[in-house]
Amino acid sequence: MKHSNKTYWIGFCVVLTVLIVAPLVLPEFWRRFLTEILIWGLLAMSSDILIGYTGMISFGHSAFFGLGMYGAAAALLLVSPPNMWLAIIFGLAGAALVSLFVAFFSTRLRDIYFAITTLIFSQIFYVIIFTWTEVTGGENGLAFSRPRLSIPFIYSVPFTTETLHWFVLAVVTACYLILRRITQSPFGMVLQSIRENEPRTRAIGYPVELYKIVAVMLSGLFAGLAGVLYAIQNKFAAPDFVYFLVSGETVIFNVMGGIGTLVGPIVGAGFFLLLRELLSRLFGDQFPYLIPLGFIFITMIIFLPQGLLGFARRWLNR
Amino acid sequence: MDAVTQFFQSIPYDQIIIQTMNGIVTGMILALVASGLTLIFGIMDVVNFAHGELFMLGAYIGVIVLGATGSFWLALILASLIVALLGGAMQIITLRPLIGRDPLTTILATFGISLILQNYALWQFGPSSRKINEPITAHFNLFYLEYPWYRLVIAALSAAIIGSFYLFLKHGKFGVWIRATTQDRVMAQAMGIPVPWVLTGVFAIGAGMAAASGVLFGPLVGVNHTMGLDWVLKAFIVVVVGGMGNLGGSIAAAIFISLLESYASIWVNPSQAVIVSFVVLILTLLFRPTGLFVPTPK
Amino acid sequence: MSTNGTTSQPLVLVEDLHTYYGKSHILHGVSLQVGPGEVVGLLGRNGVGKSTTLKSIMGLVTPSGGEIRLDGRSIAGMPAHKLARLGIGYVPEDRRIFRLLTVMENLRTGLDRNGVTDERKAALLDKVFTFFPVLAERRNQAGGTLSGGEQQMLAIARAMMLEPKIILLDEPTEGLMPRMVSQIRTIIDVLHRENVAILLVEQNVPLTLEASQRVYIMEKGQVRHHCAASEIDVHDPIIKQYLGV
Repeated sequence: MKHSNKTYWIGFCVVLTVLIVAPLVLPEFWRRFLTEILIWGLLAMSSDILIGYTGMISFGHSAFFGLGMYGAAAALLLVSPPNMWLAIIFGLAGAALVSLFVAFFSTRLRDIYFAITTLIFSQIFYVIIFTWTEVTGGENGLAFSRPRLSIPFIYSVPFTTETLHWFVLAVVTACYLILRRITQSPFGMVLQSIRENEPRTRAIGYPVELYKIVAVMLSGLFAGLAGVLYAIQNKFAAPDFVYFLVSGETVIFNVMGGIGTLVGPIVGAGFFLLLRELLSRLFGDQFPYLIPLGFIFITMIIFLPQGLLGFARRWLNR
Repeated sequence: MDAVTQFFQSIPYDQIIIQTMNGIVTGMILALVASGLTLIFGIMDVVNFAHGELFMLGAYIGVIVLGATGSFWLALILASLIVALLGGAMQIITLRPLIGRDPLTTILATFGISLILQNYALWQFGPSSRKINEPITAHFNLFYLEYPWYRLVIAALSAAIIGSFYLFLKHGKFGVWIRATTQDRVMAQAMGIPVPWVLTGVFAIGAGMAAASGVLFGPLVGVNHTMGLDWVLKAFIVVVVGGMGNLGGSIAAAIFISLLESYASIWVNPSQAVIVSFVVLILTLLFRPTGLFVPTPK
Repeated sequence: MSTNGTTSQPLVLVEDLHTYYGKSHILHGVSLQVGPGEVVGLLGRNGVGKSTTLKSIMGLVTPSGGEIRLDGRSIAGMPAHKLARLGIGYVPEDRRIFRLLTVMENLRTGLDRNGVTDERKAALLDKVFTFFPVLAERRNQAGGTLSGGEQQMLAIARAMMLEPKIILLDEPTEGLMPRMVSQIRTIIDVLHRENVAILLVEQNVPLTLEASQRVYIMEKGQVRHHCAASEIDVHDPIIKQYLGV
């Protein structure tokens, strides 16, 4: 056990080092690409809490992500000069409200109904954002300027692509470590027990509904954070990100990478986005990349249910 | 008294009647789509995310057949048959391997299929809408409108399709097989019923019904690759509100929601009238989560 | 012990059968056989694997090892619906009739097979309604409205619709009144006269010993004793040992 723990941390440091050094060696496009992978990875990681650890497939993550994005947008547009921390706070608040709302209605439902209702809710938010043009910019979304990287009262400097990347990397790494701590805590154990056998967990005496609500909110918060990061990186918020397809793609990242692993979803996101980039370079922009990716996805569900990470793990253990 | 009479005079009766008819028409089509969905769920425990895409494919095949032969009715029949076969193939290739696994894997698999089908349609047919021409262009006068007969035909046909399927379930060898499989899959097998094929058949029928709805609905809106998405969402709402697996409930819910939306569109923008279905869903989840039209849950 | 009356090839042959439910190893190498038209009893306490043995033969559970043969042909792992058509009928514990189907529809699930003429179907129905007049009376009633004993009769009648070579009967008398129990006894005899083999799992020892030609006794997933039914009676120490309270 100790031995595998050490290998884990060595591996962790290696990967982290690679990610830190990467923007210094990669061309501009790939720098931003890597940052995007991290952001989507964070979103997928947040979704893993529900899918991988609690056993609840949610299609509502686009709502959390989108509200995080729009929350940040609100902060960056309403308060001048645009403040990064305010954006984070607003974004998290927005995501928290939405996840509370969704959690309240959906968690009393079992699996399939839960999945459908989260999907419907994400569409509800989509419609609201899309049609409430005065507040949300409707179809066109909102554009704003990037805030400065700042530590209040101490330090304020505009972001460069490198520093932005490192900032995102720091946030995502911190989230990963926090989530890892949580999933290994007693709370995390209860979640997994809910996934394994919900009636038994309830019979033992755990207030399952309460745990589920907390899980949804936790998941929503981190998803919202991903939305904030996205807003900061791309300087706009659009309703497309609230459309349930984003949730769908998130779930794809999870399954491809390996659910229940936290790291897997990030790998899955990377895999998906790289493949997409590759396909569009080989076959042109108009190529319907989702067709082969869809096939790969389905094949993985049938033959590689543990995802890429599970496959790698089995392969390494041979 | 004046205020009261004024109130009653201001109610747009003509609009209400028109919207009632619209509501029933849309409701019947929605019922047809939702029936296939609830059937597949009730019998196979599969949430078919690709259902909307089967609807869309049906419409596109309708466009092609109509273009080639000029016959709407041929288009309707061929589209239903082809998509039914496609649905059966889908079930055999992607869903059979997943039998016995976590039911959530079927949601993912059908979601994957829906992505593939949608993007295929976009790729093959492009983003602009196609048109299916109505087979019956006559209108009749309804107040100040010329109301198309075709809309009533759609409602009648949808009802006929649902009705004949119901009869098929109640009588006939396959109807017994389907009902036995739904009640006790294991004993159905022990009685010699080829359950894997019954499941494939049910999926194919559901797919065919979705395709038929697509062709029927085609003339009312443009046929394009996203039409499935809007419908599948509404169909899911209908299925949850009606009670999953409950055929009668879905039909009632479909008409109920469509009527409410049609009435709402008298006063608000149609894209906002959609909120109605969301509100109904939320209320159902709060007070009667097993379904509005289901007898009081135990 | 050797048996008499079996022809050169048993109808059903089970050899060294191992079956798991998930991770539980239920059957640890069960071996038994049933000759054509024979009534064979399978006795043992609750949980020793009697039902699992029947389910393995019926193809409702896939064995992990061992052989099952029907008329010499290997059938282990074949799906249940094929086995039903090959001539194995199954009457499970707690009957499991289709509650929302009528009595007639229940029977039809077995009756509607390929290659059966309408005359033969009518004859089969006739036969079953003669044995079970109560079913004829209630033919259009939903299965769920029948009493426990009537449901048991329906379950057996339904299996008979398959014109099986062997019927696997799992605890048919459980929860039934004595009058019904003797009716079951009569039915087993009738089936035996029609040359339908029966593998009878039962807790009711006297009934089993009366009705069967041979009995197997199981414990902990294995067959521990095997003899002709005439060789032991209820008070035999062997019975006390494996089934005693």
